[in-house]
Amino acid sequence: MAALAEQPIVSVRDLVVRFPTQDRRATVKAIDGVSFDVRAGETFGIIGESGSGKTTVGRTLVFLQPPTSGTMHHDGVDAASISTRELRQHRRDYQIIFQDPNAALNPRMSIVASVMEPLKLAKSGTASECRARAIAALERVGLAPETGDRYPHQLSGGQKQRVLIARALTLRPRLLVCDEVVAALDMSIRGDVLNLFAELQRDFGLTYVFITHDLSVVSHISDRIAVMYLGRFMEMGPTEPMMAQPLHPYTEALLSAEPSPLPSDLRQPRRIVLQGEIPSPIDPPSGCRFRTRCRYAQPDCATTEPVWRELTPGRFVACHYAGQPGFMSSQPTHHGSAS
Amino acid sequence: MDAMTAPAPSDTPLLSIRGLGIRFRTAQGDWQATRDVSFDIARGERLGIVGESGCGKTITGLSMLRLLPPRVATVEGTIGFEGKNLVDCAARDMRRVRGRRIGMIFQEPMSALDPVFTVGDQIAESLRVHQTISKADARARAIEMLKRVGIASPERRVDDFPHQLSGGMRQRVMIAAALICQPQLLIADEPTTALDVTVQAQILDLLRELSASSDTALMLITHDIGVVAESCTRMLTMYAGEVIEDAPVDDALRRPLHPYTSGLLRSLPHLSERRSKLPSIPGRVPTLNMPTGCRFQPRCSHATQGCERPQALLDAGDRPGSGRRVRCWRFRDIDLPGVVH
Ligand SMILES: Nc1ncnc2c1ncn2[C@@H]1O[C@H](COP(=O)(O)OP(=O)(O)OP(=O)(O)O)[C@@H](O)[C@H]1O
Ligand SMILES: Nc1ncnc2c1ncn2[C@@H]1O[C@H](COP(=O)(O)OP(=O)(O)OP(=O)(O)O)[C@@H](O)[C@H]1O
Ligand code: SF4
Ligand code: SF4
Ligand SMILES: [Mg+2]
Ligand SMILES: [Mg+2]
Repeated sequence: MAALAEQPIVSVRDLVVRFPTQDRRATVKAIDGVSFDVRAGETFGIIGESGSGKTTVGRTLVFLQPPTSGTMHHDGVDAASISTRELRQHRRDYQIIFQDPNAALNPRMSIVASVMEPLKLAKSGTASECRARAIAALERVGLAPETGDRYPHQLSGGQKQRVLIARALTLRPRLLVCDEVVAALDMSIRGDVLNLFAELQRDFGLTYVFITHDLSVVSHISDRIAVMYLGRFMEMGPTEPMMAQPLHPYTEALLSAEPSPLPSDLRQPRRIVLQGEIPSPIDPPSGCRFRTRCRYAQPDCATTEPVWRELTPGRFVACHYAGQPGFMSSQPTHHGSAS
Repeated sequence: MDAMTAPAPSDTPLLSIRGLGIRFRTAQGDWQATRDVSFDIARGERLGIVGESGCGKTITGLSMLRLLPPRVATVEGTIGFEGKNLVDCAARDMRRVRGRRIGMIFQEPMSALDPVFTVGDQIAESLRVHQTISKADARARAIEMLKRVGIASPERRVDDFPHQLSGGMRQRVMIAAALICQPQLLIADEPTTALDVTVQAQILDLLRELSASSDTALMLITHDIGVVAESCTRMLTMYAGEVIEDAPVDDALRRPLHPYTSGLLRSLPHLSERRSKLPSIPGRVPTLNMPTGCRFQPRCSHATQGCERPQALLDAGDRPGSGRRVRCWRFRDIDLPGVVH
């Protein structure tokens, strides 16, 4: 609540990131105009289509991906104005845990060496202090100290993922982007890790940007959620009202597709099947980019691009018809809130 | 038709694993990763395997195709499949099973596709390994398969390289490659974890439909209980390298018989207030001094005297042969919550 007046930890305006295609003849519009703030101490969830640009947003926030255009401020400071020297220190405060643990772990380094590496680079303490902190971090994520002597190929998918979480946490960043970090974990360990994230947030005021496909996880931990489709935000707002009553047809389809962990007689068949193939980010559809798969699409959806607007305080949406009486009235509610 | 494809009598299961144990040689000494893993899969059955991270789900799947690193891994027990024991059958027989009779979708799709070959080449590869088929026919079959997994304009996509596809499309390419030889059994290790839920729903529907229409059995390894609930008929739970529970999905969800299964289900965020602390099972799996009795004992709130004895996988059905099994001698004395309570 009080956060309203405070300066956001990150503020992004009209962010665009483009990549040349392999043959260099066209560009992929990975992010095609996105604006949002992340408030200090909050958990900001990002959900959406595979390939919609979530990871690219995360990489941009931590300086791993330069924007093609648009601005980004960190604590009010224009990121583009930070000198290379300052950047190094600055970067420590903004960390990301990657989706693919294989790409992020050096196969020739023992686990404990990988976890210690950033501490050593940051010259935080003697080698044995760094080692002790690394082992403690491994234990915090449920890995036995002996795991430290192993190598990545000797660990399961979920064990590698926890190593990455331990490594990021040793640095105690201010903002941590978590890209699909709990998907590979069993539910009990997932619960532990999410509790640990919450605890660190409480104790040290950490801010999280949490990217995931798991709606039950994102709705459990996020204060606010943004929904991405083909390089744009479709909807953004506080978690509870969005889960109870989404404003955008794409959010509605996402929520209805979440598999429900209930016995068959208690499950409700209410899946909205999205028709059609995901359009290409090289050449997104005209007008509303969701229209080729939207079951409510009208003729003007193909010609006019919906404006990103604040429909009710704090709730943003990009759909011509959102909020009109009777629109999406056969709405399924998110079953997570039903229990 | 050769001996490999001769239909087995319908009452014998398609796959029958008995006493499967996997050991690894490591710098710190030998380590027993799984032991006494036994289960069957019937034709057309859809089995979900869940369990603690690191309990041995992936290596069990890999051992069925003999894909574990041979110099460091030893496998004991039997894996019966179409009259062969896959643990020790001839390499030549194994090659005929792999990809053709048993398909596998791997946990890490990005590393499983080769960046220098086109999608079409990779899908058609298993066909060309197993059958003499012309390049043009293989390509046509690859296009047909891409269409079946829901990829638009497959005639164009077949010539794409993996990096030109989104994560979801790559995953569907993997599935197409695994299905092209019409395997009897498909092992899918976390096939949808990297996908958004709308694409996930499409793929699960496809797998379910294939299993119904061509009697393909499915062994689905996942941490997503919702996925198991919606696409499997049976749920097998593993802990610390052992099978600890085996039950029809709805029974396992409603009334689990093993304290670990119950603890796992109770950790679902669905069952907790938003932002509240999630319940989790205290402690962690022992790595060095594995208890000789019940492996879950150090973390079990129901442990009593007697749990220090080795636990067998007991028949726990209401009637004999109903297929419920649990590795806890106290299962009749304790009443455990599932997802509905
Ligand atoms: N380095 C790159 N070069 C070319 N294209 C890229 C690059 N990185 C990302 N892209 C493209 O940008 C788009 C967005 O990718 P991104 O990885 O951000 O998606 P995502 O939302 O994280 O997807 P997923 O849920 O599958 O992880 C995709 O079309 C992707 O193919
Ligand atoms: N080459 C290896 N050498 C030594 N130990 C190994 C090797 N490969 C796997 N292991 C160990 O075997 C155990 C089982 O691994 P496996 O990958 O099957 O786990 P999993 O159940 O699939 O876990 P996850 O859910 O995290 O994917 C793990 O403890 C892992 O550390
Ligand atoms: S603008 Fe039109 S096509 Fe886009 S989401 Fe709204 S109704 Fe659907
Ligand atoms: S055997 Fe004993 S310790 Fe093991 S799960 Fe059953 S009650 Fe718990
Ligand atoms: Mg991503
Ligand atoms: Mg695994």
